[in-house]
Amino acid sequence: MTVIPDITDIPESRPEGPEPVIALDHIGKTYTSGSLAVEALRDVSLTIDQGEYVAIMGPSGSGKSTLMHILGCLDVPTKGRYRLAGEDVDDMTEDELADVRNRRIGFVFQQFNLLPSLNAWRNVELPLVYAGVPRHERRERAIAALGRVGLAQRVEHRPGELSGGQQQRVAVARALVTEPALILADEPTGNLDTTSSADVLSLMGELHDSGRTIVLITHEASVAAVAQRTVRILDGRITEDSARPMMQGRSTA
Amino acid sequence: MNWVDTFRAGVDAIITHRLRSGLTMLGILIGIAAVILTVGLGEGSQQQVSAEVQALGTNLLIISPGSSTSTTGVRGGFGSASTLTQTDAAALESPVVAPDIAAVAPTTSSSETLTAGSTNWTTSVVGTTPSWLSVRARTLAEGRFIDAADVSSDAGVTVLGATTATELFGSQNPIGQTVTVNGLPLTVVGVLVSTGSTGSSNNDDQAIVPITTASQRIIGGTSRIAVQDIYVEASSTDTLSAAYQEANAELLSLHSITTPTGADFTITSQASIVSTATSVDKTLTVLLAGIAAISLLVGGIGVMNIMLVSVTERIREIGLRKALGAKPRMIRRQFLVEASILGLAGGVLGAALGVIGAEVLPHLITNPIALSLPAMIGSIVVALAIGLVFGVYPASRAARLAPIDALRSE
Repeated sequence: MTVIPDITDIPESRPEGPEPVIALDHIGKTYTSGSLAVEALRDVSLTIDQGEYVAIMGPSGSGKSTLMHILGCLDVPTKGRYRLAGEDVDDMTEDELADVRNRRIGFVFQQFNLLPSLNAWRNVELPLVYAGVPRHERRERAIAALGRVGLAQRVEHRPGELSGGQQQRVAVARALVTEPALILADEPTGNLDTTSSADVLSLMGELHDSGRTIVLITHEASVAAVAQRTVRILDGRITEDSARPMMQGRSTA
Repeated sequence: MNWVDTFRAGVDAIITHRLRSGLTMLGILIGIAAVILTVGLGEGSQQQVSAEVQALGTNLLIISPGSSTSTTGVRGGFGSASTLTQTDAAALESPVVAPDIAAVAPTTSSSETLTAGSTNWTTSVVGTTPSWLSVRARTLAEGRFIDAADVSSDAGVTVLGATTATELFGSQNPIGQTVTVNGLPLTVVGVLVSTGSTGSSNNDDQAIVPITTASQRIIGGTSRIAVQDIYVEASSTDTLSAAYQEANAELLSLHSITTPTGADFTITSQASIVSTATSVDKTLTVLLAGIAAISLLVGGIGVMNIMLVSVTERIREIGLRKALGAKPRMIRRQFLVEASILGLAGGVLGAALGVIGAEVLPHLITNPIALSLPAMIGSIVVALAIGLVFGVYPASRAARLAPIDALRSE
């Protein structure tokens, strides 16, 4: 993907460099149900560069889930612009969004979300199935991804035959099998005991060390502590960004 | 996502939910088996009836002397005067006069005693022409039938019915043997295949002779060209009524009769006798097939119901698939394929059950069941279509789910 950086488009003045993985520009999201309108996100601007490890923190109801849905192209903002790896995702059709999710984003969920009827490698190959990758190549890549998360010996096991930590590692393998620009982890340790949590977090650390961009959404400070950068969100606004102390004033203004 | 992957996903889902899929299939299965069996039963009894018609002679019209029962109830000399002649028969054979008549067989018959050696057997001696064989849809077990040369030369030859041959000759080969009727020796040249008796007349107990031999040398009498009945074969079932009209018009004109009610002959069709029976069968078949079709419809609604439940139950799976990059049409296709597989499997198993039923049922009930391959293939296709049609709504519901709503649900 060749990207011509367009500096004027980027919210903050930035030095010349690669296109940021995530560029949120004054994003707002309002849910309307009947006559009631709930502003889940208000004027959120956020830039995450390639190779960053960012934790987004906030209590429940703070808007962090909404932010994660928008970052993951599972939902579209009602205001503002979102560029993901240089691609403007605002005006995309549902099919195009599906393609973006497939190629650019790897999801890791709190509930693992593995299909119980499929064994580990068949779960991992799912994104490749939707990407139209030929069968034999899918299997190879799925097994390679499982190897990277330390589950080379478990490729034929079904989720029910794996521990929670192993299941989450399968999910991580599934998230990275398409070589996405961004790995989006939504409370990845929320359902895990301390040991498994540490396991998964160290795996995330390894992935980050190998150059991946990781956005981790959590409400636990201990989990957020593993990230290089912490973004706090409250009532739909960014209240703190450890990498850009300047932003606090701007975004809450 | 290609079709193989879609198909695999569908099969996986069906295997994962074995019991539910099995019950869904059962609905279709019973419906299809019911359709196959009821249609088979209907076909079977219709075939039985039409086999009886075939035994009487296909597309057969029988012209008898004497008028039909008129509106006044007066019958005009039925059989008392032989109003039909070989000339009438010859006229009906003309392709110009009666293009829809394929063959004509005038007959004259009388009860005579046949003697072979020391054996006597009284049977019906029927004088006719070579076309009798095809008109009455009979076949020869051995030997040959009477031919045109036999008719023109009043030959002393006869073709025996199966029963007659057995009674006269026992286990001996009757071909070439001689039977004597009223002192006239007749050489047996052929034996007819047994058809079994239909109604009161035994078609297997008769001796066929050339019509000329019968009228000139056996029966005798004053009018040697008079015939008892003329059997007329229409060129096809469709032309039966045309053949009827042509025969009627020609005979009226030959007999110089101007009013149709004054006709001195009666034309009846064997088919008309059995058509009532056939139509009753048809009504019954339509009724049963209707009930079976309703059960299929219920099966189809079952598929839809289960697919809707399946969509609701698998809302997280759908959300996940969408998050991983499945487009709405891929989700729709997955559920459609799943519903179609349920329908198709139900159809194939239902057809199998139908075949087993068709083997077993005739032993328990007397009715024959005729299975037809097109009907079976048709019902399997219908089962597939039911899965497809009743899968459309659940599949589009699945495809329309927003990924976040799907993922959020617990």
